[in-house]
Amino acid sequence: MKASTARVKRARAIESVAKTITGLAAFLVVGLVLFVIGYIVYRGAGSISWEFLTQPPRKNMTAGGIWPAIWGTMLLTFWTAAFSLPIGVMAGIYLAEYAPRGTFTRVVRLSIANMAGVPSIVYGLFGLSLFVLTFGFGRSVIAGALTLACLTLPVIITSTEEALRQVPKDLRQASLALGASRLRTIVRVVLPAAAPGIVTGSILGLSRAAGETAPILVTAVAFYAPIPSTVFGETMALPYHLYIMATQAVKPAPHIVWGTALVLVAGVGIINVAAATWRSRQRSKIRW
Amino acid sequence: MVTAPATTTGMFDLHDVSVTYGSETAVAGVNMHIPPQAVTALIGPSGCGKSTLLRCLNRMNDELGNVKVGGRILLDGVEVNDRSVDPVELRMRVGQVFQKPNPFPFSIYDNVAYGPRTHGVRSRAALDGLVEDSLKRAALWNEVKDSLKKHAFELSGGQQQRLCIARALATAPEVLLMDEPASALDPISTQQIEDTIAELKRTVTIVIVTHNMQQAARISDQTAFMLRESMERPAQLVEVGDTRLMFTNPSDKRTESYITGRFG
Repeated sequence: MKASTARVKRARAIESVAKTITGLAAFLVVGLVLFVIGYIVYRGAGSISWEFLTQPPRKNMTAGGIWPAIWGTMLLTFWTAAFSLPIGVMAGIYLAEYAPRGTFTRVVRLSIANMAGVPSIVYGLFGLSLFVLTFGFGRSVIAGALTLACLTLPVIITSTEEALRQVPKDLRQASLALGASRLRTIVRVVLPAAAPGIVTGSILGLSRAAGETAPILVTAVAFYAPIPSTVFGETMALPYHLYIMATQAVKPAPHIVWGTALVLVAGVGIINVAAATWRSRQRSKIRW
Repeated sequence: MVTAPATTTGMFDLHDVSVTYGSETAVAGVNMHIPPQAVTALIGPSGCGKSTLLRCLNRMNDELGNVKVGGRILLDGVEVNDRSVDPVELRMRVGQVFQKPNPFPFSIYDNVAYGPRTHGVRSRAALDGLVEDSLKRAALWNEVKDSLKKHAFELSGGQQQRLCIARALATAPEVLLMDEPASALDPISTQQIEDTIAELKRTVTIVIVTHNMQQAARISDQTAFMLRESMERPAQLVEVGDTRLMFTNPSDKRTESYITGRFG
């Protein structure tokens, strides 16, 4: 009896230690995020001004704004979405709704897993040789966006497939039993129900792409460029601007570096929060 | 109560029907007549192939792949598995209501209008008429007529199931297949569904799968008892006949022991 009481006490002590340690790890994550964001705001907030957000750089990049980089990142992200969303969503639909169990499907899945595992600088190299040189696009928005699209595709495919799989079979059955074709069932019933998941997953993937430096380093960006007039022009971009200002600037201008970092983090953050809010709104409307 | 034009169609004849999944024959040798504008109940213990047989009637087994249906299934004399029969048309004539209420995540109106829209009805007036008529036939109209734009998920479980019945009725089917339509519902909702079925059978042929023998006795005109005696052998139809007769004087020993609750 006594021995077992001691064992219970011991178990309880171990339990509370485990709870404390795991709790600390969770707290560390929150602290880290708060610290990073807080520090960027602290260092960068002073640089933010109307001029900073709307004007091109001046005086050998030591003054002025970062508007061409903001616009360039928006442009790159838009075209990345334009290339990767249709292909990614369609591939996700194929995997979730049509793919038979077999070698071909296994190969497709393996390819997607591998695609997600390739380091982003390797995509940059790939984009350089295929889009920039072979296709002759040169360093351009389109070559950069195509490269970023390769990086984003696996995220979009996977989130589409998962969102579609979460739609109950019952709904598909109901639609088929009403005489609807497979395609109509997907388009009218399954896709709308899965839309929140698809959109959030895609936005997370795209915001990740918006912050990437390595893939656009050799495919799209320039140290200084005016706003490109076509997608075949080279562009500035926030992550690259940040990189170049932090490491290779002729004259260091830390206020521009931190200001740029703040704009990038804030932009991506706002989009992510908006996506998460929209999804939870949709979720509360749709429940099964 | 709105009544659909009286028809004398919607009659099934099954000759030696069998269903094979891959290499396993699940149901074999089913011969039965399903009379029009009457309720036929399929009863039997779990796994006896009732739902499998039901799904043959609107070819929903096609969607599973790897399923082979043998024998002859005639709807008003026409073989439904014939290559010339389009499953889309068949499913317009043979609607289905499922075990769990499964409304689409749309408004009440859009749920009911889904079938007609699928089959090309575009006119607002025609859709309005079909929606109202179908909801009335499913005995839901009075509860929802002022809130047709409301999301279907805001309805109670019983209302959702009647919405699913209305949705199935909107394509004006001659036959309605119901796979344990009340098993997920409370007694009051079950009662309402049973009342709806009693009203509907004046215009529609109903084939209902049920676990609940009292329910089969209450609502059906004809009962079919199915049984799978061992996993090595396919399920079969033990007995089919007038419900009152079967429940008072079954001709097969196995039917008698099932309905008196000795197994199942």
